[in-house]
Amino acid sequence: MPVEIKNLTHIYSQGSPFEFQALDDINITIEDGSFIGIIGHTGSGKSTLIQHLNGLLNPTSGTVIVDGMDIFAQKKSELIQLRHRIGLVFQYPEHQLFEETVHKDVAFGPKNQGLTEEEVDDRVRNSIKMVGLDYDEVKDKSPFELSGGQMRRVAIAGVLAMEPSVLILDEPTAGLDPRGRDEILAQIKTMHQKNKNTVILVSHSMEDIGKLVEKILVMNEGKIVYFDTPNRVFTEIETLEKIGLAVPEVTYLMRRLKKKYPEIREDIFTVEAAKNEILRVIRG
Amino acid sequence: MLKDVTIGQFYPTGSIIHKLDPRTKILLTTAFVVILFFINNLWGYLAAFLLLGVIILMSKIPVGYILRGIKGLVLIILLTVILNLFMTPGAVIASFGPVNITLEGVKIAVFMALRLIFLVIGTSIMTLTTAPIDLTDGMEWCMKFIPFVRRFAHELAMMMSIALRFIPTLMEETDRIMKAQKARGANFETGNIISRAKNLIPILVPLFISAFRRADELATAMEARCYRGGENRTRMKQLIFARRDVVAFVVMFLMIAGFLATTIINIPLLFPL
Repeated sequence: MPVEIKNLTHIYSQGSPFEFQALDDINITIEDGSFIGIIGHTGSGKSTLIQHLNGLLNPTSGTVIVDGMDIFAQKKSELIQLRHRIGLVFQYPEHQLFEETVHKDVAFGPKNQGLTEEEVDDRVRNSIKMVGLDYDEVKDKSPFELSGGQMRRVAIAGVLAMEPSVLILDEPTAGLDPRGRDEILAQIKTMHQKNKNTVILVSHSMEDIGKLVEKILVMNEGKIVYFDTPNRVFTEIETLEKIGLAVPEVTYLMRRLKKKYPEIREDIFTVEAAKNEILRVIRG
Repeated sequence: MLKDVTIGQFYPTGSIIHKLDPRTKILLTTAFVVILFFINNLWGYLAAFLLLGVIILMSKIPVGYILRGIKGLVLIILLTVILNLFMTPGAVIASFGPVNITLEGVKIAVFMALRLIFLVIGTSIMTLTTAPIDLTDGMEWCMKFIPFVRRFAHELAMMMSIALRFIPTLMEETDRIMKAQKARGANFETGNIISRAKNLIPILVPLFISAFRRADELATAMEARCYRGGENRTRMKQLIFARRDVVAFVVMFLMIAGFLATTIINIPLLFPL
């Protein structure tokens, strides 16, 4: 399901003193099955952009075309159908939990899709496993007796259970400890490789994004700054710093090393790649 | 949807009306509301209309924005007008079957409608031009003059400012939770009343939980900074009456005198009622 964003502009509270332009003429196409990272400073329009992709926000002008269909020209019932195929995990998704048991909460989405009891059960079981929780242990627990990290996983499972063709995650690791963060990101990566669905990951962390995604969308003040592979984006250190972002720390390290070892490569943004490159140069 | 509520909202423009002391605005608004109910002739309403017009112009708030506040009250105003129109005994001028419209009824209906509209406009000018924190500071000062209430003035003002402070937060939270559940295929727009009410559970439960969590966190944060009510508490921002406040009071006193004069002397009306 390719997602095409055309001339998308969004202005909040138009006509009042609080008017604020969050998106300014955005044009991009997200290919089917790609893994995209969106990065930008607070207030750069990331969250506003992703809420247009499943029709939660209406644009001031422009449109979004999913699978050849203009989503803002559809009837309400069509839009609800569309939301079943474009899953959106909000920031701090654990704040949306409401059911008595984990099982019921995860089942909320698939039930809204109108699946049979067995199908729902299957989906719930699979998605809870996918986020790395023990189904039998947690299924009858209240979501509110879980730890923060577990609640986050249950909430993500609630969206995964709908098996969306496009999965959008808004800072899924905010406020988690490093281990929880790595685990959740690894699970998202595994799931992407297995299901071949489109994943859009919004994040602050260049490290996380650099490791995972195929293309990075850099946003600043409602505009697109770059939409390119991590290799290319991370060479633009000066521009990124100017808009309040940074490249992964290991890239800074490689830059410093370059002064001493001119033959070393700079376009490196994972610790693993850096290790290999350093070893290569040292062993020469 | 939630953005259409203008009553109680603050609209900063930095005008002279905005700069008036909140106490001045509270006292003068109260005085305005009281006289509004004493006015019994059209001259008085004309004067009140002109007064509001001048204040609105001075406040630099778009007229349409203020009038939006009345939209929500149209039903109440209509109901008042209709009830007064048909229920007042007096000289009959038209009759529809069992119900009669009387001259007195027309007069009261018109006055009531004007009173309600001016009341809403007058009070919303106060809230539109005063930041919520200033408003509660002003109210705290005013409450010190009311017996019984005086003892809890600070606590009441604190509760009010916390409540006001959390309205936008909770609205945002509601919006966020609603969107999150919509993204999971929840449907709030169709269905009968019972299924719609049931559909609210996925919003209400998380909303209550977050409201309690916020309240708890705020209480802890206040205690951690040794908050213990109004006793011996000093202010960072002192309220000071300025010359413009004196001017406002003088204008208002003149207005009140004028109103009283028209009610007592009974100047001939524009047309007989």
